[in-house]
Amino acid sequence: MIEFILNKEHIKTEIPSGSILLDFIRQKKHLTGTKIGCREGDCGACTVLSGSLNTEGKVDYKAITSCLTPIASVHGKHVVTIEGLNLTDGLTTVQNAIKENNATQCGFCTPGFVVSLTGYALNKNISITGIKDSISGNICRCTGYKSIEKATEDITSILVEKNNHSTKWLIERKFVPEYFTEIPGKLFDIKAKMKINSKGTIVGGGTDLYVTRANKFQELDVDLISENDNINKIFINKNTCIIGAGATVSDILNFTRLHDYFPELENYFKLISSKQIRNMATVGGNLVNASPIADLAIFFLALNSKININDKQGGNRIIFLKDFFKGYKSIDINDGEIIQEITFELPEDDQYFNFEKVSKRTHLDIASVNSAMNISIKKKLINDIYLSAGGVSPIPLFLKNTCSFLKGKVLSSENIQKAHCVLKEEITPISDVRGSKGYKRLLIRQLYYGHFIKLFPDIINIYDIK
Amino acid sequence: MKNIDSINHVQGKSIFIDDITVNHGTLYGVVFGSPFAYGKITKLNIEDALKIEGVIRIFTYHDIPGVNQIGAIIQDETLFAESEVHYVGQPIALIVAETEKIAQKARDLIYVDLDEYDPIIEVSDAKEKQQFIMPPRTFKLGDTKAAWNNCEHIFEGKATTGGQEHLYLETQGSYAIPQENGNIKIFSSTQGPTAIQKIGAKVLGIPMNKIEVDVVRLGGAFGGKEEQATLWAIMTALAVYHLHLPVKLILSRNDDMFMTGKRHPYETQFKIGLSGDLKILAFEADYLQNAGASADLSPAITERTLFHSTNSYFVPNVKATVYTCKTNLPPNTAFRGFGAPQGIFVIEAAINHASNKLNIPAREIQKINLLKENDEFPYGQAAKDVELTRIWNTAQNNFNISKLEKEVSAFNNSNELKRRGISLTPITFGISFTNTMMNHARALVHIYQDGSIGISTGAVEMGQSVNTKMVQIAAKVLSVVPERIKIESTNTTRVANTSPTAASSTADLNGKAVQQACDALLKRLKSTAAANLKVKEDMIHLRDEAVFIDNEKTSLTWEQLVWKAFANRVSLTENCHYSTPKIYFNKAKGKGHPFSYHVYGLAITTVTVDCISGSHEVDSVKIVHDFGKSMNQEIDNGQIEGAVVQGIGWMTMEEIVFDEKGRLQSNALSTYKIPDIYSAPNSIEIIPLETESNDEAILKSKAVGEPPFIYGIGSFFALQDAIRAFNPSYKSEFDAPLTPEKVLLGLYEE
Ligand SMILES: Cc1cc2nc3c(=O)[nH]c(=O)nc-3n(C[C@H](O)[C@H](O)[C@H](O)COP(=O)(O)OP(=O)(O)OC[C@H]3O[C@@H](n4cnc5c(N)ncnc54)[C@H](O)[C@@H]3O)c2cc1C
Ligand code: FES
Ligand code: FES
Repeated sequence: MIEFILNKEHIKTEIPSGSILLDFIRQKKHLTGTKIGCREGDCGACTVLSGSLNTEGKVDYKAITSCLTPIASVHGKHVVTIEGLNLTDGLTTVQNAIKENNATQCGFCTPGFVVSLTGYALNKNISITGIKDSISGNICRCTGYKSIEKATEDITSILVEKNNHSTKWLIERKFVPEYFTEIPGKLFDIKAKMKINSKGTIVGGGTDLYVTRANKFQELDVDLISENDNINKIFINKNTCIIGAGATVSDILNFTRLHDYFPELENYFKLISSKQIRNMATVGGNLVNASPIADLAIFFLALNSKININDKQGGNRIIFLKDFFKGYKSIDINDGEIIQEITFELPEDDQYFNFEKVSKRTHLDIASVNSAMNISIKKKLINDIYLSAGGVSPIPLFLKNTCSFLKGKVLSSENIQKAHCVLKEEITPISDVRGSKGYKRLLIRQLYYGHFIKLFPDIINIYDIK
Repeated sequence: MKNIDSINHVQGKSIFIDDITVNHGTLYGVVFGSPFAYGKITKLNIEDALKIEGVIRIFTYHDIPGVNQIGAIIQDETLFAESEVHYVGQPIALIVAETEKIAQKARDLIYVDLDEYDPIIEVSDAKEKQQFIMPPRTFKLGDTKAAWNNCEHIFEGKATTGGQEHLYLETQGSYAIPQENGNIKIFSSTQGPTAIQKIGAKVLGIPMNKIEVDVVRLGGAFGGKEEQATLWAIMTALAVYHLHLPVKLILSRNDDMFMTGKRHPYETQFKIGLSGDLKILAFEADYLQNAGASADLSPAITERTLFHSTNSYFVPNVKATVYTCKTNLPPNTAFRGFGAPQGIFVIEAAINHASNKLNIPAREIQKINLLKENDEFPYGQAAKDVELTRIWNTAQNNFNISKLEKEVSAFNNSNELKRRGISLTPITFGISFTNTMMNHARALVHIYQDGSIGISTGAVEMGQSVNTKMVQIAAKVLSVVPERIKIESTNTTRVANTSPTAASSTADLNGKAVQQACDALLKRLKSTAAANLKVKEDMIHLRDEAVFIDNEKTSLTWEQLVWKAFANRVSLTENCHYSTPKIYFNKAKGKGHPFSYHVYGLAITTVTVDCISGSHEVDSVKIVHDFGKSMNQEIDNGQIEGAVVQGIGWMTMEEIVFDEKGRLQSNALSTYKIPDIYSAPNSIEIIPLETESNDEAILKSKAVGEPPFIYGIGSFFALQDAIRAFNPSYKSEFDAPLTPEKVLLGLYEE
């Protein structure tokens, strides 16, 4: 049985755990404010909030696309639809800002925007990710967004006064209705840790499975990865960073210590899907999905990461990520195995890192080509280098030959350019909807040089490659 | 005044087709579309699908009691394919089942046996094989042949624009319900309720009065639901006709993208001739329009391309010809601008081409050739109330064009990794349906005996706030608060024989009808008041919900007055008809006075290109726009912003890809990208230019829906400008959209 709170209502349901949350909301509960625009996570019209009780007894809310959410993943949580935000009298602050700025035209996208923006207001750190980012997964075809931006400015001007995670303040300022105060107690009563029936296919966030095979999974039970102990944990042990395979992209972003090592992390990860999808998409899912342009795979390849794989019998094995990808959508994993965690050595002082991604639309788009570089320089020599490239081969590619060519050489414009000749031989891009072969060849060249131009502008500049 | 729907919109309370509470026994439809672009069906295999539990029936053309024909202008389109299929996604059958999921499962089991033919995808191929929807159309002014001799400079080139998905956030859908006596009520997400009623009656072989079409609102349309909402509505009606149970059909995004037409792609050869002092003396263009597999609205779109072939410029010698090419793609259809943006892109490309060759800024050619009062358009109408020079000067004074240009070059001189570009885009857009017959509308206004008001028109609300404007008009004429007024759904039984909500004219046409109806009611109310207060009628005024004798407020309130009129057996209902005066067009000659007025404007666009990655940002779009006297500036500004961003999407990222078999590759939101919040320009500034306007514009407030889409074209030429700043040997091909791929290839081409 799956148990959760939908707005104010306590839900207990026996439907298959793989059923889609959106359908439950609209078809079973007739809450039609949540709209269907694409069923692929790409428009945000179906956005709802999912709130889970944290260790302090408070509820953390995040925006998710209900069209890709197996109902199992809201077990023990508070699901908030637009109806659950409406006040009995008047509009909420977010709703009012949208109305006052004429930020709604046809209105079809609007509930999704309201929910996403309210999710932002409910956030603990309203400073870390900008308000604009909170609606990075919401598409509007009518307004051209400028009015929506104005609405966000109005909302921000009120939110700056918010200094803590106080539901009371949010209620006073009309961000959420009063019943939100009762939610922690109610969630506590559900005692969500009664485990749900976990069987069937493993699901992380569902953002891959439910795009490609929703028809199949919506009628089945699924095995939710987050039900496994410790699989969401992120921690640092001495010089090693350990990220549980169930951690989401947002979880990684929220792990503040990592920003000390990757000051640009937020800029890199903002290029991955949207706020809603990042709140759902897991590391394990990204690796197993094995798309040739998987962003996390590219990121972690350049960190020379290892993955820890468990089997059903309690056995486990550790392999390098670069050995995990075998061929197009073919990976080194056996039936019943799950990825437990990914680990990598944190960069040291003489190490430099950069991640680049280019897609047709800069945000919320799959890369045409992406690439990461991790390089350590000792006495002007390239001590060690790890380069990865996506979209230029059947797998997320570790540029083995290019790296071994450069290793030990002097960091010079000439050597960098020579290595590009090696790189060219290592890639096999094909033409597809994300770009022609020729474009991808040019683009990986640009991103390859781009790493060096950004990190070592004194060594190489754009005129060297023109 | 805000959009009257906004309070419900922000609370998720507005009802769209898929939100209507369904009746008992409602069944669900899913359409089986052709998997092939072109071929002859030898067998349709539905047996396995029928075996699935919960499948009620599968409809094909055999089940059509009337005529299997839905073409609006040319009778060349079937509801369900018969022996041949002409594009991938062409409807062949409708599966009706107890649930949508069951219907989808059943669809997976249907397959066709087919003799496949080679499809035609490209217009060049269609032209070579002489596959046209109709004979080519030409507009002519002066004599281009003779004019070339007088030209100092002559340039030829090619300009291409791609298609565009409407991507209304609400997909196509319909819900039909049986009524007594075989009548059918259809709730549809359509811009053209009358089209559904009329074509539906024909397909079902019943009179129009047996079909009632009701539209509450659309979750976006942009032209995509003008003609192409009809199929789905009629399919549900057909199922109701046979099953006598309610049937609902909502297209999945994927089906919507596969099955519906898009903006027409164009490939055009142009030739432009200029005098030594840069006057455009002659312009010729051969446009190859990709119409898809059947006519749909292509003949009318063809015409509008021609109407706008010279954009905002006076060109004394013009010859413009559109070839409406028939291909094996879904029938392309109306999309904001209706062929005008495609036409305007070509002349702007020609001007840019000339400016590149002559090595002078495009704006010098643009400015010197701007239309002046009484200049003749290639279709014979004289340009009136031309505001272009004033607009240009306003832009110069407020935005300081030369300073902007200097800033761009300063940026380019000081920046290693980025380049900026700038462009100017003047626009001139004709308002009216170019098919004169369609320029009329009706309104039905009831004042209820308690003083509340209900208004029905033929206008369909799709986010453009037409309903809000109707409220404003009625409130103004009747001097009541807007809260008294309810806009009813658009319903063919209340307001019949309507034109679709399109051509930016809906607020004008329906608004005029509302205005006249309210005027008539006002007159009757005034005479009641005069009789009651025993004064002359012309001394009576209504103001702020009260009756005034000249300037003196009486104790008679709106509600009392209405009640008195009712008690005196005065009719509180008025039905008015409005038809646009003056306009006409002789199709055979290609001459006439097709537009009641024109809308003018100018946009200055600046962009920044990242020279490593080829990605870009639109920094700003600065606009001076002719609103006439806007009746709702904030709503009109919203129309401009939305249109600009849609136009930028068309020009820079929205790329429709078909493979050689005619299968859509960009068939989901993951592969077809439209602007998100980050791709909107960093700033859009709009200076409203108040102009004398025109009496045919409602309350002198000019139509605003389509014209500003054309401003988006500026992003294309600004990007080219930026690329040239980095790479002087860039060839500047006029091939839109200018995606990051083409930008990068351009930055590094040799
Ligand atoms: C709108 C949208 C945008 C996207 N944008 C991007 C993008 O910008 N960049 C990008 O890289 N990807 C993107 N994706 C793809 C996807 O979100 C990511 O690949 C994501 O990381 C998948 O994770 P998940 O947990 O949701 O996967 P799921 O769908 O839950 O699972 C994917 C696969 O992995 C298996 N699996 C999951 N966890 C484990 C585990 N621990 N051990 C073994 N098997 C496991 C599942 O069984 C399944 O086969 C996007 C997807 C959507 C819908
Ligand atoms: S319906 Fe589009 S994101 Fe869910
Ligand atoms: S208001 Fe129509 S999609 Fe946003």
